[in-house]
Amino acid sequence: MKHVISVLVDNEAGVLTRVSGLFSGRGFNIESLSVAPTLDPKISIMVITTSGNEQVLEQIKKQLNKLINVIKVVDYVGKDCVQREMVLIKIQARDENRAEVLRIAEIFRAKVVDICPKSYTLELTGDKNKLGGFIEMLKPIGIIDFIRTGTVVMEREMQGGGVEL
Amino acid sequence: MTKIKGALALIESLRCEGVKHVFGYPGGAVLDIFDMLYDAKDIEFILVRHEQGAVHAADGYARASGNVGVCVVTSGPGATNTVTGLATAYMDSIPVVVFSGQVSTHLIGNDAFQEADIVGITRSCTKHNFLVKDVNHLPRIIKEAFYIARTGRPGPVLIDLPKDVMNAQVLFKYPEEVHLRGYSPTYKGHPGQIKRIVDTILRSKRPVIYAGGGIILSNAADELREFARTTRIPVALTLMGLGAYPAGERGFLGMLGMHGTYYANMAVHESDCLISIGARFDDRVTGKIDEFSPKAKVIHIDIDPTSISKNVKVDLPVVGDCRNVLTDMLALLENRSKDVDELRREIEPWNKEIDYWKEHMPLKYDSSDQLIKPQYVIETIDRLSPEDAIITTEVGQNQMWTAQFYKFNKPRLFLSSGGLGTMGYGFPAAIGAQIAFPERTVIDIAGDGSIQMNIQELATAVQYSLNVKVMILNNCNLGMVRQWQCLFYRKRYSHTAMNFSPDFVKLAEAYGANGFLVDKPSDVESAIKEAFKIKGPVFVDFRVDPDEHVYPMVPSGAPIKNMLLV
Repeated sequence: MKHVISVLVDNEAGVLTRVSGLFSGRGFNIESLSVAPTLDPKISIMVITTSGNEQVLEQIKKQLNKLINVIKVVDYVGKDCVQREMVLIKIQARDENRAEVLRIAEIFRAKVVDICPKSYTLELTGDKNKLGGFIEMLKPIGIIDFIRTGTVVMEREMQGGGVEL
Repeated sequence: MTKIKGALALIESLRCEGVKHVFGYPGGAVLDIFDMLYDAKDIEFILVRHEQGAVHAADGYARASGNVGVCVVTSGPGATNTVTGLATAYMDSIPVVVFSGQVSTHLIGNDAFQEADIVGITRSCTKHNFLVKDVNHLPRIIKEAFYIARTGRPGPVLIDLPKDVMNAQVLFKYPEEVHLRGYSPTYKGHPGQIKRIVDTILRSKRPVIYAGGGIILSNAADELREFARTTRIPVALTLMGLGAYPAGERGFLGMLGMHGTYYANMAVHESDCLISIGARFDDRVTGKIDEFSPKAKVIHIDIDPTSISKNVKVDLPVVGDCRNVLTDMLALLENRSKDVDELRREIEPWNKEIDYWKEHMPLKYDSSDQLIKPQYVIETIDRLSPEDAIITTEVGQNQMWTAQFYKFNKPRLFLSSGGLGTMGYGFPAAIGAQIAFPERTVIDIAGDGSIQMNIQELATAVQYSLNVKVMILNNCNLGMVRQWQCLFYRKRYSHTAMNFSPDFVKLAEAYGANGFLVDKPSDVESAIKEAFKIKGPVFVDFRVDPDEHVYPMVPSGAPIKNMLLV
């Protein structure tokens, strides 16, 4: 089962390796990872997506908690939360499909962030499924370059009552 | 307040931590520290002959005394030589602080002379580690390191000290408190959960205690004995737990697991309530996990939440310090004396069954008047050694026979590398224990293979006139590996014959120590007596039966009830 875990850590050199080293050293898999400082510059937050059965996840969370530089671990499974990731796609833009690219971009509410005679670069944020769908639609047109961030996550303030826009 | 050099601030910090002994080896990057140690008459520095020996010695010092063991080594090779010692201490949760030298900060990452990324290298074999980049952080980091090493589930901590940081000036003030936001071990067990545990135990018919090194680390041996005496529940110990419960008590089952006693393994297998305290369900204990204690409700008391349900599914966990939890359990039992009486009555048939096993399937070996049996050597050492003698072992058959045949009655008398199984541990650990207790006799029970892994420390033992007796069970083989080859690899003895060992007697003499060879069973007793009589280090080379195996033995991956017996 997929899990999104956020880990609050001391913003110090070497902490990222401690966390990633824990995963590799114990044979856990990291599917995506994003790290940035929080409002408190002494603390960073890591969002890790990983998978495994209940027992593996329990170990991952306990082992993370055991690291001296880890302040808090939150598992978002079963929690009502907003998840986002971002993708940048450079796509071939020949005369015959320029309009098609823009139409798909509009449907997905993607932004054109760069335009060249032979390509568009598009930016899209959204959850995993939305990004997946977007990429599938663009594939037949010809993707030149492609990059995707890890997931970021935030719990909704009103459990079950929030409205995703 | 005047400023002092970083290296002096380090010494002052050690004083604040009450450090009396430091093990180590000098080198270029730590010259400033050694210059300060020259004047530090209140801190005794023990010069070892290899940095691995320094960490094992500090580890032995910590296990024997309960204090933090301290090492100072240089950068690069000095630091990398500590890895085995750190990993050994990490696996057995031993509080050790290692100070490693590092090249100057502006050279870090440049592949400078004697540079190694030791913080990176030791990340997975220390409880925590630090690189001190600013001398102003030094006192705080040392305070945190000692705190982390000895609190919660103890463990080794490494502090990497760049040369320029040791040379820089600092206003020295040692902090009084530690503030670590992400670190707060749970000492007190959950009261509701403890109550549930006591209820479960009181309802059981065939309970067994399975206690480990956590009892020794938390100084809970008295509480464990009290608990077992009150309830009359039999006690099996892990290798790391030996000494946590007196070997002479009625309910004592000895060690369980791969080379555990028949009755310990059978008791655990037949139990309906397994009370694990300060043990971590190591694979050498459990054998085949699915068939480990299959009928029991499993109770697990441990300070480390990651240990709980890591290997075996636990029915009733309590996170907390063993001693606190046992104290709370005893308090609950005190108010339920009727139920306790009932329990004692209920489990009497169970205790009788165990007594029957103990009587009919004891630990045994075939004695001989031709060949020296290693078990006989250990029994004789046990009989002749002082009550407070500290025993260290190397790893392999020597270790398992010691665990089986030496009767430990108190904690901190048996020092052995459990989790990592480090050959070469015993001798330097004995040196460390001897430094902690100069008046006591320390005995390293070794094999001819293991002793050669850190034999250079004989120079250290001679230099400091240490009363360390090395009893070599010399079977001219890597005995335990040979045993496996005999039993599971069709006697294909691939590279386990040690035909080219040195003459250990001459070798001891070359170092300025005493040594003698014993090749007849009738000489064993007098040789051991003689070794105890002589002051200073002694090597005794016992030529033992090379075909002797450690039994019982549970084949790797089999359930622990499936023992190969003699």
